[in-house]
Amino acid sequence: MDFLTNPVDAIREWLLGLMANMPAPWPDVIVNLLGVVVVASFGLGLVIILVWVERKVAARFQDRFGPNRVGPYGLFQTVADILKLFTKEDTTPDNADKPVYNLAPILSLFSVLLIWAVIPFSKDWLGTDLNVGVLYIVAVGSLGALAVLMAGWSSNNKFALLGAFRTVAQLVSYEVPLVISILIPVLLARSMGVHAIVDAQDTFFGMFFFMAPIAAVIFFISSIAEVGRTPFDLLEAESEIVAGFHIEYSGAKFAMIFAGEFLHAFTIAVLTATLFFGGWRGPGAEAYPILGWVYFMAKSLGVYLIVSWIRSTLPRIRIDHMLSFNWKYLTPLALATLIVTALLTKILEGQAVWYQSLVMFLSNVVLFLIANEIVKWRESKKPGRQVVGQPRPVARPPAEPAAEAEA
Amino acid sequence: MDPIQIIFIVVALVVLAAAVMVVTTPNLVRAALWLVLALFGTAGAYVLLNAGFIAVAQVVIYIGAISILMIFAVMLTRRVMTDSGPQTHQTWWLPALLSAALFAGLVWMLSGWSGFEASMPAYSDANQVVELGVALVSPEGFLIPFEVASVLLSAALIGAIYVAWDRD
Repeated sequence: MDFLTNPVDAIREWLLGLMANMPAPWPDVIVNLLGVVVVASFGLGLVIILVWVERKVAARFQDRFGPNRVGPYGLFQTVADILKLFTKEDTTPDNADKPVYNLAPILSLFSVLLIWAVIPFSKDWLGTDLNVGVLYIVAVGSLGALAVLMAGWSSNNKFALLGAFRTVAQLVSYEVPLVISILIPVLLARSMGVHAIVDAQDTFFGMFFFMAPIAAVIFFISSIAEVGRTPFDLLEAESEIVAGFHIEYSGAKFAMIFAGEFLHAFTIAVLTATLFFGGWRGPGAEAYPILGWVYFMAKSLGVYLIVSWIRSTLPRIRIDHMLSFNWKYLTPLALATLIVTALLTKILEGQAVWYQSLVMFLSNVVLFLIANEIVKWRESKKPGRQVVGQPRPVARPPAEPAAEAEA
Repeated sequence: MDPIQIIFIVVALVVLAAAVMVVTTPNLVRAALWLVLALFGTAGAYVLLNAGFIAVAQVVIYIGAISILMIFAVMLTRRVMTDSGPQTHQTWWLPALLSAALFAGLVWMLSGWSGFEASMPAYSDANQVVELGVALVSPEGFLIPFEVASVLLSAALIGAIYVAWDRD
């Protein structure tokens, strides 16, 4: 096995060779445990770079330089920030429920890290190939909501509790279109395994983004809402609920919640790339797994750039708009798309992939236009905004004297 | 000892301890959190039995939906931090008797069971989810129970919407 083209398998073989004289199950157990450590550390290490990327991108959008003092291009700014966070005073409110209070940040970070266990980084580079991988992602995501409730309740702070209620209301609501839109790649790949979903997208036009663009966009939007990023960042409103559920946390515990949220933002980019853009698939990725990893990271970072772009350009959405957008637009549209896709996959079974993609793409366009017309029609039915007072007279310049003289 | 056996013992002990804590913790929210741990441990036991789908469904339904709903209800209806009540009830002996009878029945049933010595069937590569799905909709399988459950759930959903409907 070549180290340059497939380092993960090469290291694995080498380690197994070192432990060749151990009793039967133990070398596998140790190697698997090491794999857990590697995947988790990869995610956490990535956060350090992602914070820098996020700040640089946001700075460019706002015509600033961003961090540029510590290290080349400000690369070590995050390291300095982390050191600062860890040396801060670790405060716990009086009357806080201490075990729950201390457990909540850990659970919050875990709920994100656990998702990475089923992500295929490249051909055969994956934690575990669960045959219910997609459902597992949904299940683990629901632990995040539990962590938020625990943090808000155990802080013994009204603002934290109210913030937790608001966060969980948003998470639970947006889980509905999220789960329905995840069902569409499952339907197209005929499997719930993440590995099988990537395997099914083996050609360029076979990427599920072309087959189910509406599902991809709904998944993306509701994932952003799950993370609570702009424009869905109602979870942190200084004038209403201060900092939300994590107001009482400081130091290393706050760092854990913060790292979890940041990693979650990248994880949704990873999931979008995996479920809808073919994950590690690309030219030459079958033969050289390292190339697959490069494609995987490139696609994920591309989606992450869009997340950052939205974050630094869109204003915040109002809370009633947020909920009605979810329940009255995204959920019905996702359900309609699911039904249409289910029918079309059965009708088009056995046709060429590009033909399937074309028909499904067009059906999605038609669905989107219909949804748009329904929204317009409903908006036109609403009573118009009452105009207060009469239209005011507007000062106009007098007609030009030269023209008047001629007349 | 097999690593799987060690994991099973740990999981079983966690489930039992958490279940005891559910009924002995005076604080309601904490009791709900112990319940979450017990349910999570049960999901772990399903994983050890190669029933991945059931395990994940357990986490989605019981932890993701039911326990969060319970915690929400407790938090919204009680004083948040200082809520604790007595741990016993006047008629505590009746459930104690019933659960003792249940436990004795279980022990009696399992004492005659020959499956303890059997080794676990080898993990099949067949897609269990597909098999489960086909079984749920095939007339030879569980079509009628499945449809009855669907009708019941639809009725519950419609009823919930009717109760919550704003009739102005």
